[in-house]
Amino acid sequence: MTETAPPPIITVSNLIKQFGRFAALRGVTAEFSAGKLYAILGDNGAGKTTLLRTLAGLNRPSHGQITILGESKFHDICHEVGYMAHPSLLYDEMSGMENLEYFARLYGIAGNSRCAEVIRAVGLDPDLLRPVGQYSQGMRQRMSLARALLNDPRILLLDEPFSNVDLHSAKEMVRLLARARDNGRTVIIVTHQGSLLEGAADEFVWMEFGKIVERTRGLTRGLKK
Amino acid sequence: MSAPAAVTRVTLLKDLRLEWRSKDAINSMLFFSLLVVVVFSFSFDPSAEESRQIAGGLIWVAFLFAAVVALNQTWAREIRNQVLDAYRVSPAPSNSLFIAKTLGNFIFVTVLEALMTPLFIVFYRLRSIGPVWQLLLVVMVGTWALVVNGTFFAAMSLRTRSREIMLPLLLFPTSIPALLAMVQATTSILSGESAHFWIVLLVTYDLVFTTVCLLLFETVLNAE
Amino acid sequence: MIQWLNDAKLHDSMKKLFPILGVLTAILLIYALYQALVVAPTEQTMGDVQRIFYYHVPSAWTAFILLLVNFGASVFYLVTRRSTADIVALVGAEVGVVFLTVNLVTGPIWARPVWGIWWTWDMRLTSTLVLWLIYVSYLFLRRFSSSGETPLLAAALAVLGALCVPFVYFSIWFFRTQHPQPVLGGGGSIDPRMLHVLLINWLAFSCFAFLVCWSRYRLEKLQREVDAAHAMESLLEPRESVR
Repeated sequence: MTETAPPPIITVSNLIKQFGRFAALRGVTAEFSAGKLYAILGDNGAGKTTLLRTLAGLNRPSHGQITILGESKFHDICHEVGYMAHPSLLYDEMSGMENLEYFARLYGIAGNSRCAEVIRAVGLDPDLLRPVGQYSQGMRQRMSLARALLNDPRILLLDEPFSNVDLHSAKEMVRLLARARDNGRTVIIVTHQGSLLEGAADEFVWMEFGKIVERTRGLTRGLKK
Repeated sequence: MSAPAAVTRVTLLKDLRLEWRSKDAINSMLFFSLLVVVVFSFSFDPSAEESRQIAGGLIWVAFLFAAVVALNQTWAREIRNQVLDAYRVSPAPSNSLFIAKTLGNFIFVTVLEALMTPLFIVFYRLRSIGPVWQLLLVVMVGTWALVVNGTFFAAMSLRTRSREIMLPLLLFPTSIPALLAMVQATTSILSGESAHFWIVLLVTYDLVFTTVCLLLFETVLNAE
Repeated sequence: MIQWLNDAKLHDSMKKLFPILGVLTAILLIYALYQALVVAPTEQTMGDVQRIFYYHVPSAWTAFILLLVNFGASVFYLVTRRSTADIVALVGAEVGVVFLTVNLVTGPIWARPVWGIWWTWDMRLTSTLVLWLIYVSYLFLRRFSSSGETPLLAAALAVLGALCVPFVYFSIWFFRTQHPQPVLGGGGSIDPRMLHVLLINWLAFSCFAFLVCWSRYRLEKLQREVDAAHAMESLLEPRESVR
């Protein structure tokens, strides 16, 4: 079925993350390829968020190695990564456009055209002056996704992006993420709502107690829980 | 990629714009500064000759209180929606963030001082025998000393319990030499004496601590 | 240096030597006390009260050395991230603060009979007070830090605090030259017999400090090993319930 498997874009090797006596990640080894959409599922405390944050360079692993795009230091490839989480990572008091203009400057992107383009791509209006704090959760998460897409990243890391989001917005976001995957991006989504990604995700990664226990094509698990 | 100076400028402008918009913060702090001056006037009788002699010290303690209130909200907005994560994930250099925040605090605290100073002058009938430009220099250099350490310790306090008490707890001890210098310089200039040593000390203090804070900020920002 | 400190043989030999060293240090301390109280000549202006000087001054010197160790270890930690350096820094600060406290407490005890006041803002005492404040705030940071990166934050604070020390001394020195106050311990030269007793006491204090530091170091090291063992356990066994 597959010709030659594309080289992994992210390699995680025996990743261990401990917070004092508590081990959030107990030896995670995995590979993620380009142009695929992964859904990471698991109960609370399984280590999904910790894994994603460690991939995003926000946590330093206690042991183990992460290689992204051939680099082991996150800062070397940070312009190729987009990160999104359950909090919006936006300033409540500014409008969507103002927020994106600011973050665009952090990435060295000049002008407004990219910001407007990306806001339209998530189905929102770039001219909306309303501060982000007054958005509905669905709108806010879509704006947050727009922020993550600003730098046209090759890798998208999303942590519970659909939490408390209305179905319409959630489906919009899934459509967008699937399109990003089709354009060759790697998308890794941590979520509780696996059903939203059925049909869109290439692979479901199941985590339990800080380890990856199974990887499946669909939402049904082969191994007993 | 993202030039450090550009990031600093953009961050500073963003902060100033946000402060301007949510005027509640500015208003409440301005009012707080006024309260401090009035409370001091009741505690240290302005009509007494002794009070006028220590006015240099009083004014700086008042500035310090105002500074702590301002410093405590340095990172409030960045914490709220975990915006700090977005910054850390981006290629923007941490030092640019630090300088932008320090400059923002500097402007903010200077505005508060600009309100409190005329009140002090009026209430305590202060007269300066020495040149006023020297007083302004002392205020600039002294405020920077408080603000550069304060912004740094505010970032450190983010990773602690009891955030709001940790900031003054960390800031006050290391600021004591600078405070002594500020007060002595002000008192000297008011009474027409030379403040040369104190100004040199303050400038050196500023240079040393700004450098060290810049060197260590990235470490502190990413300590999670 | 780190490897030497962690060497199992060193720990073993220290375990055996510790009681002997303890007894020797106790003897030295008693001897030093005897020297201070009996052998040292009586000071001409202050009389016997002055003898507290033999505790007041060496405690400060010992504290300075310990705080210097804290600074060195903190810088080392920032560069190498070795946890042993962090433990050395912690020990240096804790024991250093203890000796600073001794200095701060003996100051008023001395000042009261001599000048009738409990506190004098003399240069050395004031500087010690500020130093004490700086390093107590360091200990507070270590206590209140909720992050797993406490050693990093503490090391950063230690560097800032240490850099502050010259400023503390300069500013207070100049302030005192402008506003002179009675100086505890006087200025000028010291009688060589007094110097001799002073040095004996300093030696005794240093030995005592060393033993206390070693004990504290062992204690902290063991505590961390226990924590690491618990962490390893948590790593290997799946948890029954969610945290």
